[in-house]
Amino acid sequence: MSLTIKPAAIRKVLNLRATPQRAFEVFTAGIDRWWPRTHHIGKSPLKQVIIEPRVGGRWYSTHEDGSECPWGDVLCYEPPSLLMLAWRINAQFQFDQALLTTVELRFTAVNESETRVDFEHRDLERFGDSEAAGKTREAMGGGWGQILILFQNAANS
Amino acid sequence: MANANAFAALADPTRRTVFERLKDGPRSVRELADTLPVTRPAVSQHLKVLKDAGLVIDRAQGRQRVYRIDPHGLGQLRAWLDRFWDIALEAFKAEAEREIDEAKEKDKDA
Repeated sequence: MSLTIKPAAIRKVLNLRATPQRAFEVFTAGIDRWWPRTHHIGKSPLKQVIIEPRVGGRWYSTHEDGSECPWGDVLCYEPPSLLMLAWRINAQFQFDQALLTTVELRFTAVNESETRVDFEHRDLERFGDSEAAGKTREAMGGGWGQILILFQNAANS
Repeated sequence: MANANAFAALADPTRRTVFERLKDGPRSVRELADTLPVTRPAVSQHLKVLKDAGLVIDRAQGRQRVYRIDPHGLGQLRAWLDRFWDIALEAFKAEAEREIDEAKEKDKDA
């Protein structure tokens, strides 16, 4: 019997009244139209969220003060069926090029007008890896806890 | 601090369910067992693993122990991400379906 322990990914399944082409397009080119405005890591209000439409393309945000914040990059870009993004924002809500967690979306046609989306955010154990781990606890008492409160306020409003 | 074990502890589906019940607030062993198809001793065992992994903390309240997500553990991050993606994906779904809904409204008006 194998005792290999695998960490739990976050998984979601959505059924959309849209074609895979449209769903893929809205998630990527259209991300700025739906991304929650409260969720970013910039110091100034969010202006735009961008996913560059190619493997190796950047996933980043622009802000009202003219600054940019990298979030990650595109690992796999196969419209209309598969999108894989590297989420490199660590537990302190800082961009960390050395951190790789994976966000994967698979778009499958259910019929001519509906799409099933299988969403997964995995490799979460890596949030506990590396040098970031030592700083994480420290940050969670202050910044992280603070962000959580802001998030809850936004979610409840 | 067993941060590296935190997510591994959540690999077990029942344990994950126990953990996710705590997202809504502190719960006693009895409250958890009453809403899950699991015995109280089994719930206690899962909570012990979650506690050892730094995901939950407990305190005595009267004669029972009440558990909640450890605000200083990585479990809070997973709980946050889980909720965050629910909100983000709901917004994504609404946007993906928006033009179809608008087209239907137009058909109705016509």
